[in-house]
Amino acid sequence: MRTPNYRGPQGRGPGSMPHGKRKFSMSTFKRVFKMMFSYYPVLFPLALFCIAFAALVATAPAIFNQQIIEIITDTYKSGDWAAASKQIIPRIIILISLYVVSLAAVFTQTQLMAYITQGFLGKMRKTLFNGMQNLPIEYFDTNKHGDIMSHFTNDIDTLRQLISQSIPSLLQAGIVVITVFIIMLSYSIWITLVVLVGVFFLFMVTKKVGGGSAKYFMRQQKAIGKTEGFIQEMMNGQKVVKVFCYEDKTQKQFDEINDALCEDSKRAHAYANILGPINMNIGNILYVIIATVGGLLLLLKVPNLSLLQLFGVSMPLSISIVIPFLNMTKQFTGNVNQLSQQINSIVMGLAGAERVFEVMDAKPEDDEGYVTLVNAKRDTDGNIIETDERTGLWAWKHPHGDGTVTYTELRGDVRMVNVDFGYEEGKEVLHDVSVYAEPGQKVAFVGATGAGKTTITNLINRFYDIADGKIRYDGININKIKKSDLRRSLGIVLQETNLFTGTVMENIRYGRLDATDEDCINAAKLSGADDFITRLPNGYQTELTNNGSNLSQGQRQLIAIARAAVSDPPVMILDEATSSIDTRTEAIVQKGMDSLMKGRTVFVIAHRLSTVQNSDVIMVLYKGRIIERGSHDDLIEQKGQYYSLYTGAFELE
Amino acid sequence: MIKTLAKSIREYKLSSILTLIFIMGEVIIEVLIPFKTADLINSIESGVQIDSVIKTGLILIAMALVSLCCGGIAAITCAKASTGFAKNLRRDMFQKIQGFSFSNIDKFSSTSLVTRLTTDITHVQMAYMMIIRTAIRSPMIFIFSIIMAYTMGGALATSFVVVIPVLLFGLLMIARKAMPAFRRVFKKYDKLNESIEENVRAMRVVKGFSREEYEKQKFAAAADGITEDFTKAERIVALNTPIMQFCMYFNTVVILFLGSYLVIKSKGLEVNVGHISAMLTYGVQILMSLMMLSMIYVMITMSLESMKRICEVLNEESNLHNPENPIFEVKDGSIKFNNVNFKYNKDAKRNALEGINLEIKSGMTVGVIGGTGSSKSSLVQLIPRLYDVTDGEVLVGGVDVRDYDIKTLRDSVAMVLQKNQLFSGTIKDNLRWGNENATDEEMIEACKLAQADEFISGFPDGYDTYIEQGGTNVSGGQKQRLCIARALLKKPKILILDDSTSAVDTKTDAFIRQGFKKFIPDTTKIIIAQRIASVQDADMIIVMENGKIENIGTHNELMKSSEIYREVYEQQTKGGDSNENA
Repeated sequence: MRTPNYRGPQGRGPGSMPHGKRKFSMSTFKRVFKMMFSYYPVLFPLALFCIAFAALVATAPAIFNQQIIEIITDTYKSGDWAAASKQIIPRIIILISLYVVSLAAVFTQTQLMAYITQGFLGKMRKTLFNGMQNLPIEYFDTNKHGDIMSHFTNDIDTLRQLISQSIPSLLQAGIVVITVFIIMLSYSIWITLVVLVGVFFLFMVTKKVGGGSAKYFMRQQKAIGKTEGFIQEMMNGQKVVKVFCYEDKTQKQFDEINDALCEDSKRAHAYANILGPINMNIGNILYVIIATVGGLLLLLKVPNLSLLQLFGVSMPLSISIVIPFLNMTKQFTGNVNQLSQQINSIVMGLAGAERVFEVMDAKPEDDEGYVTLVNAKRDTDGNIIETDERTGLWAWKHPHGDGTVTYTELRGDVRMVNVDFGYEEGKEVLHDVSVYAEPGQKVAFVGATGAGKTTITNLINRFYDIADGKIRYDGININKIKKSDLRRSLGIVLQETNLFTGTVMENIRYGRLDATDEDCINAAKLSGADDFITRLPNGYQTELTNNGSNLSQGQRQLIAIARAAVSDPPVMILDEATSSIDTRTEAIVQKGMDSLMKGRTVFVIAHRLSTVQNSDVIMVLYKGRIIERGSHDDLIEQKGQYYSLYTGAFELE
Repeated sequence: MIKTLAKSIREYKLSSILTLIFIMGEVIIEVLIPFKTADLINSIESGVQIDSVIKTGLILIAMALVSLCCGGIAAITCAKASTGFAKNLRRDMFQKIQGFSFSNIDKFSSTSLVTRLTTDITHVQMAYMMIIRTAIRSPMIFIFSIIMAYTMGGALATSFVVVIPVLLFGLLMIARKAMPAFRRVFKKYDKLNESIEENVRAMRVVKGFSREEYEKQKFAAAADGITEDFTKAERIVALNTPIMQFCMYFNTVVILFLGSYLVIKSKGLEVNVGHISAMLTYGVQILMSLMMLSMIYVMITMSLESMKRICEVLNEESNLHNPENPIFEVKDGSIKFNNVNFKYNKDAKRNALEGINLEIKSGMTVGVIGGTGSSKSSLVQLIPRLYDVTDGEVLVGGVDVRDYDIKTLRDSVAMVLQKNQLFSGTIKDNLRWGNENATDEEMIEACKLAQADEFISGFPDGYDTYIEQGGTNVSGGQKQRLCIARALLKKPKILILDDSTSAVDTKTDAFIRQGFKKFIPDTTKIIIAQRIASVQDADMIIVMENGKIENIGTHNELMKSSEIYREVYEQQTKGGDSNENA
């Protein structure tokens, strides 16, 4: 059997760090923005406007602070409050009104962003999920489940970071930096230059330390991967460890790996931690330098040069310029830091977005089939006509190019003629396979792992499309049949039973959504599941969780069989349906299976030969070719491969 | 709980304490800086004496440098302390788990142990780092800033009396409201992710029944619910910023207004311009430290869950202990069960084994057969004392298994588990689990006996072939044979195979059994199997049903006396002329 899951070449474990340098992708950035605008054409621009507005307003107080301090400096020696207050109070009132407006903007913006971010993520989740449902089975066979899941968890999470934090702070910090810079220039170009030199220096140091941090975080990530791998292996094999009294040796190995991890993560965190004090104290030193330079400039009465002066406004250097400058320096360096940090997380967020878009853009399973399955009945002449009611009689409705419609009774006649197929280009796994299954026949496939048994069934229900040859269902080319209708007419029971969270009843009803409770119970009776279900604490209403882990393997399998039974399909595919049940239980399940198979075309794949013995025809597959075919007795007489399998000379897995 | 966890700090106590000390140093200077800066501003402003400006400037730069040093050292010691603590914690947990008995392991399940050892430890590490770095820093900044603000600003500091309670109250309310909301929505979110995983896993079923649209609808409903809950929770948290800003603005306005009044009234004697800007700085520091505190509060409460889960492991006591004066020698491979009852869990209603009486002579080959859930595995797991009996006793070599040194017993009783596992490493590495000092000859001998030598020699790297994690690069039958060889290397007195040849073809299976008979005749062999052929020629076959021994006898006896045995036999040889060579 082809093992479809848990593999795929480029595994990306959850939480893995991006390797190497990632580039800023403009097109992804644009696409995220476009989506935001299209989902929230009013609210998103409004939120952006509020962010920008609040940022602008946040810089204004510096101007009023400066003016007020100027007034104080000019007047405090006189001690004349009455005179000074006439100048001060209006400015305070302006300040207050600015603050009120800014608060309103901040409030609106944060509330809006919370709403928009979650709404956007919800929409993304749904789009992603819906896109995923439409992907061909090949996608799930070639991608690790962990990787697919990480789109929903890690990637969506980086998107959250991007939208709710990175974009707003980028916008905000950018605006603050620009405004503060302009204000600084308009006060004094000399001091601004000093600030710029300081910021540049700060930038270089941060980059250096940040680089070291990134390097060790990468190493830490590797060490974590190694530790987690070891832990996983040992926890799964803990019972083996005990049986072999290997506890001490395991502990020793673990200690080595654990120590190595500690070493790397210590360095990574030390680098990251040190950034804080560096930023702050360089900021402090810059503050002192500005104060000293300002003081010196004042003392030496250096003529001031400012942007305002260029426009003719006189701007002599005074204490009331130096003091606000000090605060502006802090604001400036803080926001420059903010900017450089955000760029990193924006790049990471965009990488997450890109991975989500990749899935959304993946080519969906195409379906150009136009033959549909309809309820039918016979008119008085015995012709098949379409009807709305459920009659138990089904027909393929086949519209033709000339506008006429023909109806073909659904009988379950499946033929494969000279089929070739390969999962990958140039690697054929089925060669020239022909299978004829007449309505009501039981056809079995036997062969070693990789012989192509499951592949054949994958082709019948069009999980994959054939490369060459033809497959006919009731004489109709299956490519012409609408996929959902084709699959509706095929019941599948797989080796790996997958049940869903919900009640037993809901799980059985999965086979046919409009089935009544009675239908479901009848199906369960037919497949021999009713007996144990009624003995469950809540009978059919028993909740199943975690793939029905509270049931035995055999019981899960029985529910899966009942699920297939309720859909009442003319054709059934049983892919190792009973292989994980012990022979004694199988005897019980077999009864249900036999009554279920009666009157249907059945394809059986089984490991255990006792399961297939009573088939009408058994196909022995070897490396993608049918090498023997015939009934059990025929094949035993031939004394070929089947005979040696039967007598146990080969391993079958 | 804190006590249990704190035990793992050990050698990192010094680093932790150093972190606290240096952070205190950093904080003190950080708080003094605005004070000194006020001096600087005043000396600029009051007529500008250049030497005093430079002098104060130099002092300030020196302070910044000292603060940088303190901060830097604290950053390093803090990293050392928190990662070291995590390392010790992980080590302690791992060690604890190594001491677990089978029933302890069953209780936790391996996946939950993995999470506890990885994610949960990471959470605790982050929380610890937060605590030694910020949980001291923020209150200190808070307190020092307040003291400084009062000594310096006097009346100006009254603004804080209003602002601090408002902020504190606001932040606490938000945290208290948001946290449960988040916890609830995270639980739902986990469920949503589980259902996605379920969907991905069952994609063949979904597509097979063409239920794509149905799944989409189901998902949309769940996802919308989560979006709504997330939005509610996020909107509560989004109140943080406006509240913080309100306090900041309020503080600024009050200080500016009151400050200008006081400066002018006192003619700059009591309060001066420098004080005003220092007070503004202190205001920011105080409010920021409150903000940090509320973040720490949230973070610690969030990691409480992880702490609890770690402590559960650390406080779990193994329920299997070595006896006080253990016996270090197993005489022979005889086994005796006397009136044994056994249940996996004290609270279980039903016994997994009931009324078992059994005598196996040394060197016998014993087959065990029975349906799933008939407690075949439970029966044999009592022999190497993987579990303790509930009532009665199990004797090996004439001695109660509880009187042996556990290692001695398990080395003499080799068991090949049903759910077996190979470990990443070469085939030789894996075989050495059976005997650390095994020579190449011994390994080859064991593999020949287990019918594994042939396929191993067929690998390009032979015995040095690397086995991937979980043994994914060998087939099921090969894996089982390697596991048997590994157990054989122990040269045990009793060998137990728990359904260990199910994936091996019948011919090879027969060869293995023949080999046992020929080469290890003195070893007691117990074989649990699904296939009758695997036990048909045993000296004694035990038929298990619902935790009881239904029948004991040879093949021929059982064909007559046991209905179950006959039924299984007939089922397996349906078609009559099967010549499965036994």
